[in-house]
Amino acid sequence: MFGIEDPGIWLAYLLIIVSTLVCVVYGIVNWNKDGHETPTEEDVEWAKTEDKIGDEL
Amino acid sequence: MDIRVLAIVAILYLGTIGYLGFRGYMATRSTSDYMLAGGSIHPYVMALSYGAAFISTSAIVGFGGAAAVFGMGVLWLTFLNIAVGIFIAFAVFGKRTRKMGHHLQAHTFPELLGRRFNSRFIQAFAGVIVVLFMPLYASAVLIGAARYLEGTFAGVSFEIAVTLFSLLIAGYVVAGGLKGVMYADALQGSLMFIGMSILIVFTYVQMGGINTAHRKLDQLPADVEAGYQELTPTLRALAPEGLDDDALLGWFTEQSTLFRGANPFEDEEARAAFDAEHPDALAIGGLLEAHPVLRSKLAIDQLRRGGFQGWTRMPTRGSSMFYVLVTSIVLGVGIGVLAQPQLAVRFMTVKSSRELNRAVLVGGVFILFMTGVAFMVGNLSNVWFARPENGGTISLASVPGGNIDLIIPSYINSALPSWFGAVFMLTLLSAAMSTLSSQFHAMGTSIGRDVFERGILGSYEHGSTVIITRIGVILAILVTVVLSFILPAGIVAAATAIFFGLCASAFLPAFVGGLFWRRMTRVGAIASLCVGFGMSFFWVMFVQMPSGRLPAILANALLGQPTLLPDPVMGIHWNWIEALVVCLPLSALTAVVVSLLTQPEPDSHLELCFNGQKSTSK
Repeated sequence: MFGIEDPGIWLAYLLIIVSTLVCVVYGIVNWNKDGHETPTEEDVEWAKTEDKIGDEL
Repeated sequence: MDIRVLAIVAILYLGTIGYLGFRGYMATRSTSDYMLAGGSIHPYVMALSYGAAFISTSAIVGFGGAAAVFGMGVLWLTFLNIAVGIFIAFAVFGKRTRKMGHHLQAHTFPELLGRRFNSRFIQAFAGVIVVLFMPLYASAVLIGAARYLEGTFAGVSFEIAVTLFSLLIAGYVVAGGLKGVMYADALQGSLMFIGMSILIVFTYVQMGGINTAHRKLDQLPADVEAGYQELTPTLRALAPEGLDDDALLGWFTEQSTLFRGANPFEDEEARAAFDAEHPDALAIGGLLEAHPVLRSKLAIDQLRRGGFQGWTRMPTRGSSMFYVLVTSIVLGVGIGVLAQPQLAVRFMTVKSSRELNRAVLVGGVFILFMTGVAFMVGNLSNVWFARPENGGTISLASVPGGNIDLIIPSYINSALPSWFGAVFMLTLLSAAMSTLSSQFHAMGTSIGRDVFERGILGSYEHGSTVIITRIGVILAILVTVVLSFILPAGIVAAATAIFFGLCASAFLPAFVGGLFWRRMTRVGAIASLCVGFGMSFFWVMFVQMPSGRLPAILANALLGQPTLLPDPVMGIHWNWIEALVVCLPLSALTAVVVSLLTQPEPDSHLELCFNGQKSTSK
């Protein structure tokens, strides 16, 4: 397969393509899943502290 | 390429990154603005930002060069990069990390572990590990970038290249590059994607397509052997009489080593003395010059002694090459990515789990075009270099000193059109800068927040530690630069694998248990961290021989021997095995056993970790 004889190699080549396709399909199927959540108070507090840390750096 | 081109490209690059970073920064002035904004950040931006921090010059130059030697078995790492580094990391770890990070108000990876297990020690100790060992990985990234400059510009030595790149980093940091503007990172990811896409299309096209290129690579060892057999009569005419084939090859190798060891000569007198003393070696030197296939034969023979069976075949089971490939390159880096402090914190910066679902799509394709391309190009560079018009030797024999870190730069500069050299320099600048900025950000915050504020002062209530953090970043850069000068040649992939393996052994059980197992206790996490780190440190310093050939650092320095375990134990050469394979199971077992033997964490704390409450901490 793919001009390669050793199954230990062509399997890796094949799995790379399959796993990429799985990522693509997963992204498409779950595109709107876990929908947008309204930021909670803790999200906002976290973000403000993150800004402060970034500014200090 | 002209050095002025480097200057122009570097200035254009910094200007563009600065401009777009500024625009992105103005558009979403702060993380809190982004969190509060009605829209959502495009998943492309999040995924490429993560990918750009994940994939560095170490992956492209270091591991690409290693692929030219280890063969296509390295593709198993690309599979793990996509399956583990993207799919599991985003879809499984990312969502929990984001939620728990926000519940606990954690801003660094050590802080997440420390707060989850309510332990100041865990945060400080994990911070110390990051500060002490991440420079090793950062130096691997820096070396990877410097090797490209060295191989591209005439007159630019490795030392000058490291210095130039260090100045570039300093400029980047001063310009605010550590602020981690996602848009700037995403732009760098886009540049990397463009560069690598051109590279793989060009490589496959010029070799006649995918299957044809693979077949040529498959055929290469046989072609080299045939070339060697043709020259055997010439070698026999020079060699002592009565040698069988193996002995002839041994004599040829010995004379070649003698000739190479004496070259280059310091002066004419030394050369004349050598000529008089070793006429055979001199004659072999002439043959090596005239027949590059002999240099390939020597290189392949050297690889075969390590277990090499061809680029399209896995190395012989039980050989040093097999162990290094499977345990260090594939498992060490493939699994180690889950516990990378500079990457785990990225999940906290997204607004919702939906962004992570979408980013899986972009991230999977991105990684395919990063490590997948680098590893294939590294392999196929052998076919290109072996053509008579391109030098006639395999990649390993075509670079000075057999330094595998020079293979990708050398291929780019000799095989591809010169305009691509500039494009690829942008690719590598982006790969290096995006990773280095995430590393220095992680080191800076670990020094200031985890070690100094939490570890030494005990709380975040002692005012600003800006100066400490900034000094920490400067020190981290200096240590990284110094390490780049003193680490041996061809070390990029090995240094990266060591850091990834160390992080996985020390952090992964506590991280996984912290995210998914309520029964995991503070004592269990501390025990796991200590066992994982302690064992890894011991293994790396006294047992593991990086790349299967370099000595273990402290075993060599203190005991004068390359490893404490030179002989097989239970039939296994442990000195070739990556620390992660031994230490991660021990660390995980420790976490489980100690947790089950100790009191569970209070329900109120677990409720805060897993379901969140209004936090009063800063």
